[in-house]
Amino acid sequence: MAWQPVCELDEIPPLGARVVAHPDGAIAVFRTDGDRVFALRNACPHEGGPLSEGIVHGNTVTCPLHNWNVDLDSGCACAPDQGCARRYATRVDAGVVWLEA
Amino acid sequence: MRKQKLVLVGNGMAGVKTLEELLKHAPDIYDITVFGAEPHGNYNRILLSPVLAGEMKLDDIMLNDRAWYESNGITLHAGRKVVEIDRVKRVVRTDDGIEAGYDRLLLATGSNPIILPVPGKDLPGVIGYRDIADTEAMIAAASEFRHAVVIGGGLLGLEAANGLILRGMEVTVVHLADWVMERQLDRPAAELLQASLAAKGMKFRLGAQTAALRASERGRVAAVCFADGSEIPADLVVMSAGIRPNAALAEAAHLRCERGIVVSDTMQSVTDPRIYAVGECANHRGVAYGLVAPLFEQAKVCANHLAGFGIGLYRGSVTSTKLKVTGVDVFSAGDFMGGEGCDEIVLHDRATGVYKKLVLKEQRLAGAVMVGDTSDGAWYFQLVREGKDVSAMRDHLMFGQSFAQSQLGDAGHQGQNKAAQLPDDAEVCGCNGVCKGTIVKAIREQGLFTLEDVRKHTKASSSCGSCTGLVEQILASTIGGAYQATDKHSKPMCGCTDQTHAQVRIAIRDFRVGERKLLSIREVMDVLDWQTPNGCATCRPALNYYLISTWPHEAVDDPQSRFINERAHANIQKDGTYSVVPRMWGGLTTPDELRAIAAVADKYAIPTVKVTGGQRIDLLGVKKDDLPAVWADLGAAGMVSGHAYGKSLRTVKTCVGSEYCRFGTQKSMDMGVALEKMLFGMWSPHKVKLAVSGCPRNCAEAGIKDVGIIGVDSGFEIVIAGNGGIKTEVAQFLCKVATPEEVKEVTGAFLQLYREEGFYLERTCHYVDRVGMDRVRQRVVDDAASRRALYERLLFALGDAPDPWQEQQSEPLVRQYRTIELKPVAKENGHGLATRV
Ligand code: SRM
Ligand SMILES: Cc1cc2nc3c(=O)[nH]c(=O)nc-3n(C[C@H](O)[C@H](O)[C@H](O)COP(=O)(O)OP(=O)(O)OC[C@H]3O[C@@H](n4cnc5c(N)ncnc54)[C@H](O)[C@@H]3O)c2cc1C
Ligand code: SF4
Ligand code: FES
Repeated sequence: MAWQPVCELDEIPPLGARVVAHPDGAIAVFRTDGDRVFALRNACPHEGGPLSEGIVHGNTVTCPLHNWNVDLDSGCACAPDQGCARRYATRVDAGVVWLEA
Repeated sequence: MRKQKLVLVGNGMAGVKTLEELLKHAPDIYDITVFGAEPHGNYNRILLSPVLAGEMKLDDIMLNDRAWYESNGITLHAGRKVVEIDRVKRVVRTDDGIEAGYDRLLLATGSNPIILPVPGKDLPGVIGYRDIADTEAMIAAASEFRHAVVIGGGLLGLEAANGLILRGMEVTVVHLADWVMERQLDRPAAELLQASLAAKGMKFRLGAQTAALRASERGRVAAVCFADGSEIPADLVVMSAGIRPNAALAEAAHLRCERGIVVSDTMQSVTDPRIYAVGECANHRGVAYGLVAPLFEQAKVCANHLAGFGIGLYRGSVTSTKLKVTGVDVFSAGDFMGGEGCDEIVLHDRATGVYKKLVLKEQRLAGAVMVGDTSDGAWYFQLVREGKDVSAMRDHLMFGQSFAQSQLGDAGHQGQNKAAQLPDDAEVCGCNGVCKGTIVKAIREQGLFTLEDVRKHTKASSSCGSCTGLVEQILASTIGGAYQATDKHSKPMCGCTDQTHAQVRIAIRDFRVGERKLLSIREVMDVLDWQTPNGCATCRPALNYYLISTWPHEAVDDPQSRFINERAHANIQKDGTYSVVPRMWGGLTTPDELRAIAAVADKYAIPTVKVTGGQRIDLLGVKKDDLPAVWADLGAAGMVSGHAYGKSLRTVKTCVGSEYCRFGTQKSMDMGVALEKMLFGMWSPHKVKLAVSGCPRNCAEAGIKDVGIIGVDSGFEIVIAGNGGIKTEVAQFLCKVATPEEVKEVTGAFLQLYREEGFYLERTCHYVDRVGMDRVRQRVVDDAASRRALYERLLFALGDAPDPWQEQQSEPLVRQYRTIELKPVAKENGHGLATRV
């Protein structure tokens, strides 16, 4: 695990995500309304749907396959659904997004 | 200047209505004092019947609570009975000694139930039916006793009997005349009504004269005895044998009274012009009315004079009656008995319980009585009051408004058209005297969407409720497809807002911030007070669609508020890959296109190639990173997006048609290609599919499409709102046209109407189901100007629709398809980026 630069913040659309390749499986890096950045393993706790392709609102992403809501902070599905996607630490430094992965 | 003093005696429906009207015109000219013998605020007496029946609660029927009196500066003495008017000193006095001086006095003391002068009439358990106290006494009796007798089979008596049955009592209605409600119904109507009430358990003794009421040993009423010597058990006797205007107070003050306080056309006592009288206690031109509609008319005139405007005369009213027994429809208006010089048209279907009689006098409708089906009551009542010559539609009059007017060439259909055709001054709510124009104005100016809103703002349909259907029609015809008749649509869009789809659609269309339209999701959420910072996956796609469909070329199209399929212009699959479906106009392709598809499948190792149910080819299992390149290769061969992924135009299926087919009557392939080209790039509330068949054999299955075109020898039949999906719906016939150009115009107009009025994720079949085929036909077929305008708006919206696959090729859009590869960096805190992406 090491901090690595991903891209510039502007390269992630606001209320959107980009996919980062990783040997352990793809990681989705999200950007919310207030330019907060989160990273989760790009696999929904339900059936592995690509969370990066969901709709981002508040601190939540709605999975594109069956509409589970997943909390970006914890990676866990919102009630009543259960399960978590692995989360990764992120930070934004001088307009550059960093990921600990 | 000293304010004048106005005293109202009688805190009932007519008196307080007069005050409401007065406050509207002249809120400041009087110090107002109100005396009411009942210990309540002002309530809706009409609704005592539903309260008795257990359908409403007392709280529901209050019209003005004490706070209303306070906020209007009115002194209310509730539970105080005025016993004297001193016309010399100009004061009124109550039984407990309260005095109030007046400059003007308004008497609205209502009436008293007539209590038959028979032995035993004063026994406990014998009551009238007039007020809250009576209603409560009946409810209490029903919980304790079994047998009830209602004396009097008029409107009130039957409603009382119905309520008591619903409260569990065995009820017999005793009636002197040979049939019930003889003042509103003729015999056949009454017999049908009686049969349906009998089916609810009501028993009848008709032509029966009550001789005495017999007491039990405990001193409570126990039986009703008849003139013929028979008797029936009764633990509760409700006297409902008519009402007598309550004019005792006025008589004692030597005002002229003859079955009520005699008033002029300005509602002033003919004896003392300082004294006004309205309501059931007043006798105007020999009539004391016993229904609220005329009383409210009186109230308006009276208020106008009290306000000092001095205009408006009351000239008497024609009345109509509806019985408020749930599940039993009875309507009567005007002169329903007919007789000399009158013609009658009668429809009598005993088996289905429908009876209608129209009475015509000198080419005019004089009266109507209906049992079983009263849906045209309001229209007949309007004709009676207008006194219009109906000879032109006499043949069709009986079949109701829709049919009669359609036969006149008025293009009348049901529902909204009925309301649409009413003139602005047509009275819709008889109880509250609210005209159509007032309702329409309130809907427009205050942005009302629901029946509840209209009730709150205009009072229409808030009393007896019999005009509810008409008010709903007015709503529908005023706000169009946005009207949410069914509950499903009166729910908020999602948890982020209280607004319904309809409200949001209209807000986006009509709201302005200063001069500016709402053009972005942010603006809509701000103006409509969204409760979440940026909505959710339910509302954002809907808002985005509403914006771009309402303001084409102006609104901001936000890709982040679209589902992934529309954002990536391909269908996401369960494994995260995508499918790519190029457009094949009308299902036609070429060897070159097929070669290009084959080449692409090879080059990008696309695992599956399939022919879809929509007459085109699907490339399944494409990786997201490859999408832009796949599109570029297909584009080079002249192919564009098939929008197989969108809430948008999908396919236009065609059959072979007269180009080749031996049965074909029209060129279905040409027609299909033309339609698909016209509609290319069209976003819609849900997906839209068309089909064109060249003859009625219909090989393209046009009968289950959103729009289906079927060629016939003389042109094209157009059917709409079919669906072949979850629940198969056969498309409905819209119209027949002669030329391909007309097909395009009608199709375009219908789809534009759907685009403008449909709710997000509502397919055409559900949209048409909601707003009604009549509305669609009216806007798209009957009204040529409306069709043209819709069509032009569609063409404007679709002008220069780009190929999204082409659009996605440029930066910065294209980079979103790329996966970012991490490259290790030398120093942990290094600033250089490993890869530029
Ligand atoms: C590809 C295709 C099946 C095929 O291989 O033949 C197909 C595939 C899908 N259909 Fe379909 N439908 C396809 C023709 C149809 C048809 C037949 C037709 O169009 O003539 C119907 C019935 C006709 C109709 O819609 O009225 C049809 C009724 C549906 C429905 C039910 C719609 C409804 O209103 O009841 C859905 C579900 C939905 O849209 O919510 C659906 C949804 C889907 C989705 C989009 C499901 C999804 O969300 O992933 C499938 C996408 C697969 C993919 O990735 O491509 N598909 N689907 C057909 C594409 C046609 C095309 O060329 O665009
Ligand atoms: C059960 C029921 C159902 C009805 N259904 C319908 C219907 O469906 N449609 C319809 O059009 N009409 C209906 N009516 C009739 C309608 O309610 C009356 O026509 C209307 O209420 C009359 O209004 P008003 O102001 O003249 O009298 P009220 O509303 O009776 O008001 C008179 C008030 O004056 C008070 N009062 C009398 N004397 C004095 C005094 N000396 N001092 C102080 N206060 C006094 C009384 O207590 C009463 O509160 C119904 C009536 C009843 C009872
Ligand atoms: S429907 Fe008619 S025109 Fe179309 S293919 Fe069949 S026979 Fe031919
Ligand atoms: S895979 Fe995400 S909701 Fe089903």
